[in-house]
Amino acid sequence: MTELALHHAHEPPAGFTRWLFTTNHKDIGTLYLLFSLLMFIVGGSFAMVIRAELFQPGLQLVDALTFNQMTTMHALVMFFGAVMPAFVGLANWMIPLMIGAPDMALPRLNNWSFWILPFAFALLLSTLFMPGGGPAGGWTMYPPLMLQTGMAFPFVIFAIHLMGISSVMGAINIITTIFNMRAPGMHLRRLPLFVWTWLITAFLLVAAMPVLAGAVTMLLTDKYFGTSFFNAAGGGDPVMFQHVFWFFGHPEVYIMILPAFGIVSHIVPTFARKPLFGYESMIVAVMSIAFLSFIVWAHHMFTVGMPLAGELFFMYSTILIAVPTGVKVFNWVATMWRGALSFETPMLWALTFIVLFSIGGFSGLMLGLTPVDFQYQDTYFVVAHFHYVLVTGAVFAIVGGVYFWLPKWTGHNYDERLGKLHFWLSLISVNVLFFPQHFLGLAGMPRRIPDYAVQFADWNMISSLGGFVFGAAQLLFLYNVVRTIRGGAAATPQVWEGAQGLEWTLSSPPPYHSFTEPPIIP
Amino acid sequence: MEQDESRYFVPAPSHWPLVGSIGLFLLMLGAALLLNDKATAGGYAVGLGFLIFVGMLFGWFGTVIAESRGGRYNDQVDASFRWGMGWFIFSEVMFFAAFFGALFYARHFAVPWLGGGGEKALTHELLWPSFAAAWPLLQLPNPEHFTVAKEAMAAAGLPAINTAILLSSGATVTWAHWSLKANRQRQLVAGLACTVALGALFIVLQAHEYWDAYTLKNLRLSSGIYGSTFYMLTGFHGAHVTIGAIMLAVILVRSILGHFTPQHHFAFEAVSWYWHFVDVVWLGLFVFVYLL
Repeated sequence: MTELALHHAHEPPAGFTRWLFTTNHKDIGTLYLLFSLLMFIVGGSFAMVIRAELFQPGLQLVDALTFNQMTTMHALVMFFGAVMPAFVGLANWMIPLMIGAPDMALPRLNNWSFWILPFAFALLLSTLFMPGGGPAGGWTMYPPLMLQTGMAFPFVIFAIHLMGISSVMGAINIITTIFNMRAPGMHLRRLPLFVWTWLITAFLLVAAMPVLAGAVTMLLTDKYFGTSFFNAAGGGDPVMFQHVFWFFGHPEVYIMILPAFGIVSHIVPTFARKPLFGYESMIVAVMSIAFLSFIVWAHHMFTVGMPLAGELFFMYSTILIAVPTGVKVFNWVATMWRGALSFETPMLWALTFIVLFSIGGFSGLMLGLTPVDFQYQDTYFVVAHFHYVLVTGAVFAIVGGVYFWLPKWTGHNYDERLGKLHFWLSLISVNVLFFPQHFLGLAGMPRRIPDYAVQFADWNMISSLGGFVFGAAQLLFLYNVVRTIRGGAAATPQVWEGAQGLEWTLSSPPPYHSFTEPPIIP
Repeated sequence: MEQDESRYFVPAPSHWPLVGSIGLFLLMLGAALLLNDKATAGGYAVGLGFLIFVGMLFGWFGTVIAESRGGRYNDQVDASFRWGMGWFIFSEVMFFAAFFGALFYARHFAVPWLGGGGEKALTHELLWPSFAAAWPLLQLPNPEHFTVAKEAMAAAGLPAINTAILLSSGATVTWAHWSLKANRQRQLVAGLACTVALGALFIVLQAHEYWDAYTLKNLRLSSGIYGSTFYMLTGFHGAHVTIGAIMLAVILVRSILGHFTPQHHFAFEAVSWYWHFVDVVWLGLFVFVYLL
């Protein structure tokens, strides 16, 4: 065995068991990214059902219960299936390369973190075919509505437990890798921004995911074992669920954006051909955002009837987040100031991220003001806000990151023309899709409804048209990625003229075991 | 693939993670079926899942122990395990924090508000005007669908004894650790055996206390928020003590087999960290569930 192992030390094992039993960070990263792409398509198709139904007022395609299942599952699949695994996949691929390590610190645990996910989603997606259907009470699972779920209920709860276990193990692995596997000389003050943002994200995951596990466990015992955590008749409080849930939920939304900050902080300096402006302030800003994320949770529930002191505290702490976020946006812009800019596909996505994420940030400021939120709560304005943050924020950064690193992973350059076409189609359609939802929300259209008053018809139709184009445009992405994996012009080790960092010193694709000798850090 | 282990250790491909995932999946699937009153299918799935999961634990840990005893782990691997275990315990702390949070919220907000406290006079007036807020909450706002408890738990008696037992077990495990570092194998085994015995005694007494609460005091999970928080907090703690005691027993066997040296005994330390963690959680429980 040892001889055999040594013989094959520098090449991957043959056969499909390579993917099942792998302990290699690149293989596991690839698995995460492909799984995420699959879930992006599944969750996206749910979104297409939603937009098709909302194309016109009245019920055309699906009944109300199916519609509610679509909104709930769209969110659960996109959060836990698409965005989070995509970031973990990028972390798996890039962190060992960036810090000069041979692999992740705990490679077997790494494999386990991934292989829990397909089973978790088998449980979750199977509920759509059960009597009574899947969960339909929204991804936030508020009781008592969520407790009315039928057969699907325990499947959803246990699927969330599995996703939580996977996330926590993945996060522990990333923290351990960053603290323990850095090449000599890779001090924390030299750590690339993507690694820094992921370190802080991993901390948020370890702190927040177990709280979600606790919250859904209490839901489970309330439904099946007679506890009354969320039942006022027994001295509990349904609002308590919202507190526990959002104590997880707000760090969760930052889990889905901090690594995106990291990606953009790599792309912008590369194509501006200048070092990142304000490296230290970027790190401090991310740390501040992470800290604040634990003391702002109740801004999701301004209208539940909290004491006035609570409303004020959560409003002020929320508005405070604008400061570190402003620092980051300023730094990205300052990095580009007088840079030798070029606009390859990754840069286009990163630039768009900065502008559109800021729009999502501004609508977030509006929602963070308690008296104003009383009007916006549960309207399409909220939907527009978090889609600007999550789609044009998180997803655009992921797509930009994939274009940025795809030549490094595959050794092939992607088709630049196709990449740009994908970008422009997505940029235009995503704004047609989500910008009108601001108007709908301000005009009073509630979220999570299959039907609406006729005065909302025009903007909904425009939004749906944008949605269909945006959905279709992603097929170009799929095609471009598959084509690049299968072949294409050979990529150089550095790939991009302005690229700096250890990951660009290795060949494209890098050797199966990244750094078997610790690299010399200049 | 193993190579140049003086610098780096990267384990060979392993089937245990996938086996563990299948075990977890069957456990969860079976539990969900059981909750849907599908007893046969659910029972088989839970049973099979449990067996696979336990098999995975034996196989995976067996591999790790063999690698460790084969001298394959350098200081870097040791440090990775330390970071990993530390952050795992932190995640457990946050899991308990959710339930402690529920307890504090119920005691300081939900129950007083139902009784008309704070700004919630109208809630009280409109929902259950005859309800009087109290903690421990025995008289529920609407007792109709609940098992009304007769009496709350007392801190004196068994809980106080259990506190003493767990604190002593923390001392004995530290004694075992000092003995290990001084290479006194007999005292190591004796200290660990005492710790396992104290852990088992704690579980037995806790079971006795549950019996007492369930029958004499008529306190159930379905006795409103007091019973809910009491059983969920002490129940999850008891489960963790049980897991900790099993891990300590494994470490005891490995100590008897002479697996540990004064320099190289991370498994021992990981389990003792875990044991101190369940100890600290108990102190929180004793103060906030029983005493105050």
